Amino acid sequence: MDANRLEEFRTQLSRLFPAGRLLTSATQVASYESDGLTAFRDRPDAVVLVESADEVVDTVRLCHQYGVPFVARGSGTSLSGGSLPIPGGVVIALNRLNRLLDYHPSHGTIVVEPGFVNQHVSKHAAQDRLYYAPDPSSGPVCTIGGNVAFNSGGAHCLKYGMTANHVLGMKVVLPDGEVVHLGGQSLEMAGPDLTGMFVGSEGLFGIALEVTLRLLPQPERYHTVLAAYDTLPKAGDAVAMVVASGLLPGAMEIMDNLAIEASEAAVHAGYPLEAAGVLLVELEGPEEEVAAEIPLLEKVIGESNAYEVRVAQNETERMTIWKGRKCAFSAVGRLSPDYIVQDGVVPRTRLREALDEIQRLSRKFDLRVANVFHAGDGNLHPLILYDGRIQGQLEQAEQLAGEILKMCIRFGGSITGEHGIGVEKIDFLPQMYGELEMQLMKRVRLSVDPSQLANRGKMLEVSAGKTDHKHTPHPLEQAGIISRA
Amino acid sequence: MQYVTSTEQLAELVRSQARVRVAGGGTKSATSRLANVSLSRLSGVLQYDPEEYTFTALAGTRLEEIDRLLRSKSQYLPFDPPLIEAGATLGGTVAAGLSGSGRLRYGGVRDFLLGARLVTGLGETVTTGSKVVKNAAGLDFPKLMVGSLGKFGVMTELTFKVFPAPQSCATIVLDTEHLAQAVEIMKSLAISQLDLACLDMDSSRRIWARVAGIREAVELRAQRVLQLAGGRGTILTDQQDADTWQACREFRWVPDEHSLIKVVITPDRIAPLIAALENLPYRISVGGHLAWLAWPRLRSSQELDQILHKLGCPAVALMGEWPSPWIGDHQENVFEQRLVMALDPNNKFSLSQPAGA
Repeated sequence: MDANRLEEFRTQLSRLFPAGRLLTSATQVASYESDGLTAFRDRPDAVVLVESADEVVDTVRLCHQYGVPFVARGSGTSLSGGSLPIPGGVVIALNRLNRLLDYHPSHGTIVVEPGFVNQHVSKHAAQDRLYYAPDPSSGPVCTIGGNVAFNSGGAHCLKYGMTANHVLGMKVVLPDGEVVHLGGQSLEMAGPDLTGMFVGSEGLFGIALEVTLRLLPQPERYHTVLAAYDTLPKAGDAVAMVVASGLLPGAMEIMDNLAIEASEAAVHAGYPLEAAGVLLVELEGPEEEVAAEIPLLEKVIGESNAYEVRVAQNETERMTIWKGRKCAFSAVGRLSPDYIVQDGVVPRTRLREALDEIQRLSRKFDLRVANVFHAGDGNLHPLILYDGRIQGQLEQAEQLAGEILKMCIRFGGSITGEHGIGVEKIDFLPQMYGELEMQLMKRVRLSVDPSQLANRGKMLEVSAGKTDHKHTPHPLEQAGIISRA
Repeated sequence: MQYVTSTEQLAELVRSQARVRVAGGGTKSATSRLANVSLSRLSGVLQYDPEEYTFTALAGTRLEEIDRLLRSKSQYLPFDPPLIEAGATLGGTVAAGLSGSGRLRYGGVRDFLLGARLVTGLGETVTTGSKVVKNAAGLDFPKLMVGSLGKFGVMTELTFKVFPAPQSCATIVLDTEHLAQAVEIMKSLAISQLDLACLDMDSSRRIWARVAGIREAVELRAQRVLQLAGGRGTILTDQQDADTWQACREFRWVPDEHSLIKVVITPDRIAPLIAALENLPYRISVGGHLAWLAWPRLRSSQELDQILHKLGCPAVALMGEWPSPWIGDHQENVFEQRLVMALDPNNKFSLSQPAGA
């Protein structure tokens, strides 16, 4: 774009926003240069702090008119660089677009704006003993808009699915400023599932302005068990045994020794420090049902060679156990100045093999890897520890991370269970899918957004040179507010 | 009608023909009325891993075969697909976007479809989604297939997530005095912590609530549902329970000479919808998020279209002859049009009747 036209664009933008909500100076936009994937950094031309859906639409239309790329951003917790700014582009910051628009407890639905915080949904619905199931570990700060764009998961995906399974309808602005409604207020739909197609499209199809979510009745009772094992494979085998027993726990999580060590140092949840692996299993449901399931679970865990079993006796103990798990990632920052986290998926029956392979790679690259994973759905979260100050270690760590992704593909799994492709895994998507699939995705993208303005450079484009970046903990992570699971 | 037996054959057909409309088991006549290709011989289970909770099968595989296979390992499809005995196929169920009463608990067909191999309008064969239970990589084409009636592509292979089957089930049947009372009971049960598997209401305002789980717990939970609903009702167990939902799944309540329509509603639309229908047989399902209607074949399709439009309800006609199976509050938007342009630029899969046909 020539200088005159750029100037014209900036003038137009300044007519849409008062000075306090249009950030353009280097210091003002600095905090928007990066997201949860701190290794990547880029400076946007401007950041607009929108307060209404109309402002989003007006900004998108202006960007479309002038051919300026834009990125929507909520709390900036993406772990795949999903809200990384585009140099010369606009960041549309949605945090202030955070109103609750409608709440229908008797329908089990709630309508919110994209800047609404994930955990606030459940907090609001708690008055009617309802909750919102998807629970990414960044739940206290991440927003529904970002959850929608990246199809966020959490610890309960095997039983309850991901974000896409809980979004019923949306009002969205397409990359050219057209506003359309997808889905509706019902659990059912007639016609193609456009809502499902939009969720997880990583911002390539535009920006959600209103989102209708499904709420579920809160489980009446929880039963949370922490089992400790002297080898990690035993913990993995225990998962297989639970599955074979016919039980369907709400969550099954595994942490290895290094992850336990980090977590204990940070939050003192009382995990057995010497354990090679711990398994966290949670049953949930109506009082009578959980009561009937407990002896079955006890039997399975008893046969799984756990050397120690703890059962949360009350809600406080339960929350402590969960805190140990959910804070594990931020805690790893205590063990290492830098780390990379991956979230590939393998078939659950190949978990043991996958862990062996990760251990082998860890030895080969001489880098420590801590493992925390959603064992119920085979979603790994290897944390590769390195020190960016040591020459060449970052590259080694990235290579190791890449090897893990390739293993996931080889095992018939997926390169991402919940973090998305973003800029981080853009080179790996064509390894998971074939040429025809990639062509089709690009064709769809171009059909919806011929100028490729919406979140350019995420999911589908070849990443630019990856230089000068470091995987340091996000400031919120250092503060223990968010974590990367 | 041309019968295909392989994906390659289908792709070739799409490349060489101007129009491809597909039928599976032919159980939903309104959606396959103009079909010229049958997938009923593209059938068979390709992979079943009970420990992974997944299976992959060809699109023309009958639900009956899947149901039998899953049962043998004490597993099931939690979205409770309808028309199993009638001969419905996996592909047809996805294309029509049909889930049964049991979808209340864990979600519908959209929530259990993990992957789809499909042939686009350009005759390309693409493998989309994944075969693992959790995946956030790339665009979610499998979901786009759900309810699309084949307008974006023809599915040839599908991967689903399954769950362990409950050990035991029981159904609580509640009689109600008037509609307002029935709706209130339904609403309160739907958001209760009783974790119901099904929650339906039939044309005589009788509520059918089902609980599923471990045998001894199920008995206690059924009693609790009964108490919560005021204590007047009966409890069906074992074979009686199973027969009830089988009849429901096969739509045995739909009289002869009537077409079956799926109507998307929310609980507050139950009363206006029933008032507008004037004594036509119906069944409200999924706690008031879905209505099945029986519409007399001799009555004008336009009339129902208008009624549903006025109520703001999208619907799909499953049986009978309709100008388009999509009726009521349904409008193709620009997002949908752009997706069609990318997947089927030559409109080979269009639902509209070809000119001169």
